[in-house]
Amino acid sequence: MFDTLSNRFEGIFKRMRGLGTLRESDVDEVLREIRLALLEADVNLHVVRSFQERVRQRCVGAEVHRALDPVQQVIKFVHEELITTLGGETLEISHPAKPPTVVLLAGLQGSGKTTNAAKLASWFKQQGRNPMLVGADLQRPAAVDQLRTLGAAIGVPVFSEPSDPIAVARRGVAEAVASSRDVVICDTAGRLAIDDEMMDQVGRISDAIEPHYTFLVVDAMTGQDAVTTAESFHAVLELDGVILTKVDGDARGGAALSVKEVVGRPIAFSSTGEKIDEFELFHPDRVASRILGMGDVLTLIEKAEQVYEEAEAEATAAKLLEGEFTLEDFLEQMRQLKKMGSLQDLVGMLPGAPPELRKAEIEDERIAQVEAIICSMTPQERAAPRMIDGSRRQRIAAGSGTRPSEISQLLRQFGEVQRMMKKMGGGKGPGAGRKKPKKGRKGSRVTPPGSQQKGSRVTAPGSQQNKPGKPKLTLPGLEDGQFDLSSLR
Amino acid sequence: MARTGFRGRMASARGAFSGFLSSVVSRGVDDATWEELEEALILADAGVGATTALLDRLKERAKAEKVTDADALVALLKDQLAEDLGGRDLELRADGNPAVWLFVGVNGAGKTTTIGKLAAREAQGGRKVVLAAGDTYRAAAVEQLGLWADRSGAELVRGAEGADPSSVVYDAIEHASAAGVPLVMADTAGRLHTRTNLMDELAKIYRVAGKGPGMVTEVLLVIDASTGQNGLAQARRFTETAELTGVVLTKLDGSAKGGIVMAVQNELDIPVKLVGLGEGVGDLVEFDAVEFVEALLS
Repeated sequence: MFDTLSNRFEGIFKRMRGLGTLRESDVDEVLREIRLALLEADVNLHVVRSFQERVRQRCVGAEVHRALDPVQQVIKFVHEELITTLGGETLEISHPAKPPTVVLLAGLQGSGKTTNAAKLASWFKQQGRNPMLVGADLQRPAAVDQLRTLGAAIGVPVFSEPSDPIAVARRGVAEAVASSRDVVICDTAGRLAIDDEMMDQVGRISDAIEPHYTFLVVDAMTGQDAVTTAESFHAVLELDGVILTKVDGDARGGAALSVKEVVGRPIAFSSTGEKIDEFELFHPDRVASRILGMGDVLTLIEKAEQVYEEAEAEATAAKLLEGEFTLEDFLEQMRQLKKMGSLQDLVGMLPGAPPELRKAEIEDERIAQVEAIICSMTPQERAAPRMIDGSRRQRIAAGSGTRPSEISQLLRQFGEVQRMMKKMGGGKGPGAGRKKPKKGRKGSRVTPPGSQQKGSRVTAPGSQQNKPGKPKLTLPGLEDGQFDLSSLR
Repeated sequence: MARTGFRGRMASARGAFSGFLSSVVSRGVDDATWEELEEALILADAGVGATTALLDRLKERAKAEKVTDADALVALLKDQLAEDLGGRDLELRADGNPAVWLFVGVNGAGKTTTIGKLAAREAQGGRKVVLAAGDTYRAAAVEQLGLWADRSGAELVRGAEGADPSSVVYDAIEHASAAGVPLVMADTAGRLHTRTNLMDELAKIYRVAGKGPGMVTEVLLVIDASTGQNGLAQARRFTETAELTGVVLTKLDGSAKGGIVMAVQNELDIPVKLVGLGEGVGDLVEFDAVEFVEALLS
């Protein structure tokens, strides 16, 4: 669902990366783009406005961070504000000392209450609970039938009777107590938020059963009105959270962004498909990162900062993007990398890392083996692994206590990683689609690839293998807290 | 068809345009006016594309017609909107033998209810109808349609739960043809337009429905008025699969403005034919662009 939104963001940031430094007018343009992206994603206009304002404020009064260039800083602000907007915490369900835990579901017609009542029951069942369903939707023809069918399918009893909804709810809870069920989920009729009579009814159901949790079921496809709806329900029911449905479509989930901001209640669960078990707790932080579509480059940088000197951290990030990460570097930095966490995690944090790379199996246990293999190579072999032929492979295998096939495998994987890095950092990477840099713009430094002559040259420890003719790593202008990003590619 | 209540009920939800209207009245037309109008249209779910297109046309006209005061601008806006949305043939074609109307849309849009209300309307008009229970997925969908069939005196053709929906639709058409019933309304399961296998299934229903004695004369996309910009993606994919002849905009009696139809019309040129304004049988009415715009801006 969130993919379309993240595609938009990726486009914006790609273009931003083409700019070396950001001026206020650039910030304004970026914010306008972000505004459009969010509006197209159905984020509520008022939420967009305050989001935009917060990012602007932070950009204007930004303390210059040595490790990040201005563009990265804007990305960081957007990222952090997006997480604030989405709601940081994943909801934790706690159960009262005296069961049952009473859950009330409310929502508009067609948002998926009945289906999600069953999904929630099934989720509780997986948590080792004994749920019961109560069908208090006596409005929609056959709603109770639907609940019974679903209940039978998941092996959860359903209580309902053709009286009035409030009586059904009250007796349903009593029934749950009598049959020692520890969770009772009450489905209610869909209603329009502005229908006073129906809102009053759901309010009285709530008063009658005093739910521990009240969830509003919201369709991910909902537009600007989602906020109005949530506010109306919250006024009557005091919501605990939202169950977001139909997340498996291509809706951009702006409703998700907006409800938390306006009502102050998080998305608790999301329904990710039609099957009963396609239902899960919602993790706002993960979604924010996915929306930004940039992996988690900031975490990568932060982690690197903890382990390295700042300049070294930048050099590493630069080398990764440069695609000239050699076996030698790999060996030298192995221990550092290990301190930073698992290799797989690191790759996952890289911006624009292709999914096939993210999925690539890089087992931490293999690191020691890899270390042994690289140590058994000559410096020449480390710098130019291409020279490793059959007999060299035999020798390295013997030296490292591995099999020749494992040498080949490592070289293949390394070649793959190197190729991907190059793709990401080099011509085909994120910078490729960017607009032509504006010429002669004051303050922006555009360096054509391969001609990075400015600034100091920083080479990562152990990379003295850099041959003339190979692109050099440069980190110009660090002292003013702004370095030219284009020289990194 | 009854038109009473269209405006009254839709207007019960105020909001999107009230800020624009009050400020344009108090201040006259200036730069902020256009911005406020833009925001009002966005809040009504018209979408960035349709809003920009509308504003461009309006600005041009305002310049050409030298519009400077508020009343004239509001009149211009209404005129342009009504022109964009109206002027279409909204008649539901029924010239097959039998004619087949297919109702499609995402889950929860209100397909089954729409069919029920239309069947009741046709029955009141003295026309016999066969309902095809093509939603063989959703628990109790067939029961729901059955209740509507009972209320309207229409015949229901159903398959077993999990049966192939295209065969159910085909059987209904054959049955109608044999019994001399002129109209088949076929319900289909709600499906997200991103589900390839379900869209393939719809393509098959559409194909099969045209193969027998009947003729598919209407394919109506049912859209919930609260739908945001995703409605455009829905319309795009559904019309690729089964060429849409119109849109049914449901639940317009809520606080949502249904502006997504502007986006759909702007990009795909698919007309809104019917509007759902309430839960009663008489609350499904023919779309009226002028009334819609009046209600939107009231």
